[in-house]
Amino acid sequence: MKRYEAIEVITKALNGDELLVSANGMLSRELFSIRESPNNFYMLGSMGLASSIGFGLAYNLPGRRVIVIDGDGNILMNLGSLATIGHFGPSNLIHIVLDNEMHASTGGQPTVSNTVNLEGVASAAGFLVVKKVSSSKDLHTAIEEALNSKGPSFILAKIERGEKDVPRVSYEPIHIKSRFKEVIEQTK
Amino acid sequence: MVTTEYFCTVLKEKGFDFFTGVPCSILKDVINYLANDPQVPYIAATREDEAIGIATGAYLAGRKPVVLMQNSGLGDSISALTSLDILYEIPIFLLISWRGYGGKDAPEHLIMGEVTTRLLEDIGVPAVILPGSDVEETISKAVSVLERKKIPIAVIVRRGVIG
Repeated sequence: MKRYEAIEVITKALNGDELLVSANGMLSRELFSIRESPNNFYMLGSMGLASSIGFGLAYNLPGRRVIVIDGDGNILMNLGSLATIGHFGPSNLIHIVLDNEMHASTGGQPTVSNTVNLEGVASAAGFLVVKKVSSSKDLHTAIEEALNSKGPSFILAKIERGEKDVPRVSYEPIHIKSRFKEVIEQTK
Repeated sequence: MVTTEYFCTVLKEKGFDFFTGVPCSILKDVINYLANDPQVPYIAATREDEAIGIATGAYLAGRKPVVLMQNSGLGDSISALTSLDILYEIPIFLLISWRGYGGKDAPEHLIMGEVTTRLLEDIGVPAVILPGSDVEETISKAVSVLERKKIPIAVIVRRGVIG
């Protein structure tokens, strides 16, 4: 399973009402190409902070489901975020890490997630649902299970290297923010 | 000098309803007060940039967030401020304590103490130093800049100003 395929599986498993926060780099670009929606907050910079933005949303919107689509390089920059999420325990947060064991967006430099068990870190931090998957079928099942469980949930999806040639997110950051905030206000 | 209770009440009266950050001895009474205040959440973050990420999510969710930090943590926050909050126009109220003020402090605080206001100016974050009096007026002005510019603003606190 490559990242593009994994993002397709994720978006198909959701009903479309969820709030999505996607990590910077190719991940946001691929989500933009697969399922563009005002419910997507495409993080363009601030590497590492997708899970923190997702936590701030989930904590303050207990009635909304918040999905963070993260990468291994991103979460390794902000492992403290797993501790914070585990401690405060927002039940409506699903944190998915697409783990290709490298910084693919910058040329494939290795991360350390080939030896570090990120799912073990999440479990120790207090995530209530923790899954590790490597096939699209298992990823789909894990998301369905997380959607039907009290979280916070952490899904580590091992993926293969490879990206599609997709364009950059073409919207201005201010537009991404404004319409995302509007979606939240309209559905409160 | 103003009391901790007065200062926190002013912030809440201005509509701030979500607090997160990393402690500093200068802000210890403020943070302890907020952490024990049943009216507002205080989220203890592990790093200052994480706090900015959390506050950004809180803002998107409809909150008016404050991030509290020592100026040493400003260094950890530059990427989050420039490539998230300024870029997307996310108005976050930053309460930053000023270690190394006037060149008199422990050695680890002197370099950041020297450049704190300059650093904020360089990245385009409006900053004001909290005076010993007219605190409410200073906060009101800061809030109007925050609402007008829709970017983070910083209020800088020296030791002894809030007690």
